[in-house]
Amino acid sequence: MTNLKAHKSLFVAPKGLHRDVVIDLSRQKEEPEWMLEFRLKALEIFYQKPMPNWGVDLSGLMMDDIHYYVKPIKDVQRSWDDIPESIRKTFDALGIIDAEQKMLAGVGAQFESEVVYKSLQKEWKDLGVIFCSMDDAVKEHSELVKKYFATLIPAHDNKFAALNSAVWSGGSFVYVPVGVKVTMPLQAYFRIDQPRMGQFERTLIIAEPGSSVTYVEGCSAPVYRSNSLHSAVVEVIALKDSYVRYTTIQNWSQNVYNLVTKRAVAYRNAHVDWVDGNFGSKTTMKYPCIVLKEEGASGQVISIGVAGNGQHQDTGAKMIHLAPHTTSHIIAKSISKAGGNASYRGLVKVAKNAHDVKIRTQCDALLLDETARSDTYPTIDIKGERVSVEHEATVSNINEEQLFYLMARGFTAQEASALIVNSFLNVFVQELPMEYAVEINRLIAHEMEGSVG
Amino acid sequence: MLTISHLSVSVGTIPVVLDASLCVEQGKVTALMGPNGSGKSSLLNAVAGHPSYTINEGTIIFGQKDITSWTPDKRAREGMFLSIQNPHALPGISVNTLLRESFRALNPGVSMRECERRLSIALKLLHLEDAFLARSVNEGFSGGEKKRCEVLQLLVLQPKVILLDEIDSGLDVDALKDIGKALSDYMQRHPETALLLVTHYQNILEYLSPHVVHVLHEGKIVFTGDRTILPQIQKDGYDQFKSA
Repeated sequence: MTNLKAHKSLFVAPKGLHRDVVIDLSRQKEEPEWMLEFRLKALEIFYQKPMPNWGVDLSGLMMDDIHYYVKPIKDVQRSWDDIPESIRKTFDALGIIDAEQKMLAGVGAQFESEVVYKSLQKEWKDLGVIFCSMDDAVKEHSELVKKYFATLIPAHDNKFAALNSAVWSGGSFVYVPVGVKVTMPLQAYFRIDQPRMGQFERTLIIAEPGSSVTYVEGCSAPVYRSNSLHSAVVEVIALKDSYVRYTTIQNWSQNVYNLVTKRAVAYRNAHVDWVDGNFGSKTTMKYPCIVLKEEGASGQVISIGVAGNGQHQDTGAKMIHLAPHTTSHIIAKSISKAGGNASYRGLVKVAKNAHDVKIRTQCDALLLDETARSDTYPTIDIKGERVSVEHEATVSNINEEQLFYLMARGFTAQEASALIVNSFLNVFVQELPMEYAVEINRLIAHEMEGSVG
Repeated sequence: MLTISHLSVSVGTIPVVLDASLCVEQGKVTALMGPNGSGKSSLLNAVAGHPSYTINEGTIIFGQKDITSWTPDKRAREGMFLSIQNPHALPGISVNTLLRESFRALNPGVSMRECERRLSIALKLLHLEDAFLARSVNEGFSGGEKKRCEVLQLLVLQPKVILLDEIDSGLDVDALKDIGKALSDYMQRHPETALLLVTHYQNILEYLSPHVVHVLHEGKIVFTGDRTILPQIQKDGYDQFKSA
């Protein structure tokens, strides 16, 4: 599919995962020895761990049929004609201009304003904020990386965390010094050195005491990859009295298995907000987790999953209360249509010494037709005392009467269902930066095309 | 304005309207009366294009256009407005959003300032607070609030043909008065409008005096006449039309 042979300077590892691939990859990146060692240990763990056999069907995932490393380059590397028709249509529906479309599809140079980026870059630098690719951070901020890298998600956490640890490439590194409040969201999109989301990207965000930062990655446009596995690891460290908001929107092409591990830890009185949108992909397993480690910590996860024909979104959230007076809130929304399955899987755990804990979970599923499916698997495990738990789950569908009512007010069938769906997702969309919110609304309208008879 | 000829309608395999013909004319109030289950709501739903109501025979002509097979949204954009008897809740969609978005859909090219202007007049007329606009459409509304919300939309959207299904049911005296006055005032100011009113009470008719009265019984129009029939209906009910 992808026209890789056209570019001779591109480094493409052979298919399958061997020790040599990892060593080559690390050398290509000119990494320090400790990172290579870390990768090789992770590889051993990856070999030993069995495939997960719960939740979703991964039998179609051919682990030996994947290129584990393709060196990202900025030149044109494939032709526009290689991009599937369905993706090009979505670009049009989203109103994304040509140059940007090509960048998103990975066929052209990056589209963005260098000027804007450079002035922001200076601002961040003056504040002592570090915002760069993970690859650069390993070389340039080695001590910081060493201190936190893989502390929240060690390689042995699960098979795909091990895989990512062995072959990771790309992703963001964010460091915010003590007391610094970054007002503009840091957008991975604007990062000039590595604009595109990789296949095994690795992101690490460190917020020092009293600091605050918002990080945004992904976009609503579909990300086309010929490779069928995306497996990211994201670690967020929110130290005492800090605030971190992590926002991600992902829309993978429909051949992709999206199996990611994302975790945050909140120390004393720190707050972590996690906003997570999942569109596209064939199969997604994603359960962002917040560990409320010290007294007064709080966390919120707002997630949505949208599943259409042949898609299975198994998403949710985990909240681990390890300390007293901690608070968590999960809002999970899912939409399924045309035989798609969007399910919620959640875990809320309260340790024995964690008392006076407040927990709220809210899962709402919207089914757009009779073949759509949604299951809810909430697990609540409470050992502490004085724990207040609120759990709410609703399943609704768009009914004929609602559609007729709106159509009798001049909305087409498609506009009517998009309006219903958008209102359902409103709580999520409100949390997004403006330009993302607009795009998401358009994306929903586009996804509704042909879904209503 | 709206000419319904020999219309036969079924829901599934059950016939609900049989060979009904009637005209709804500009500047006039047409009343469609009859006992519960006589097919009044079915007729209105079929005219507005509800997918559950299958038109087996007959035609619906709107202006010069045959709209018999049009989708409901196309009929609405042509200028038709239906207020159903018990409108469904739309959780998460505010009255404000519904009003603005449908104004946009139905009045392309008209500025939103005009929408604002009509809205502020209509709110006063119906004794509704601004806060009402922020509520989800029909969610947790009382019977009276639902009907006021329907009339509010009508006053802002200014359709050419208005179909009202029991706009007077479940109203207390004050609500009936507000709604009755708002509608009669609207008809006076917009003499180009045609109004088809389904009711089996006569309360609303104190405010909107019909020019033409049709009585429907078991899916058939069994009487067509003028308002002079009203006292007789009041007195003897609908049984008198059975043999007609």
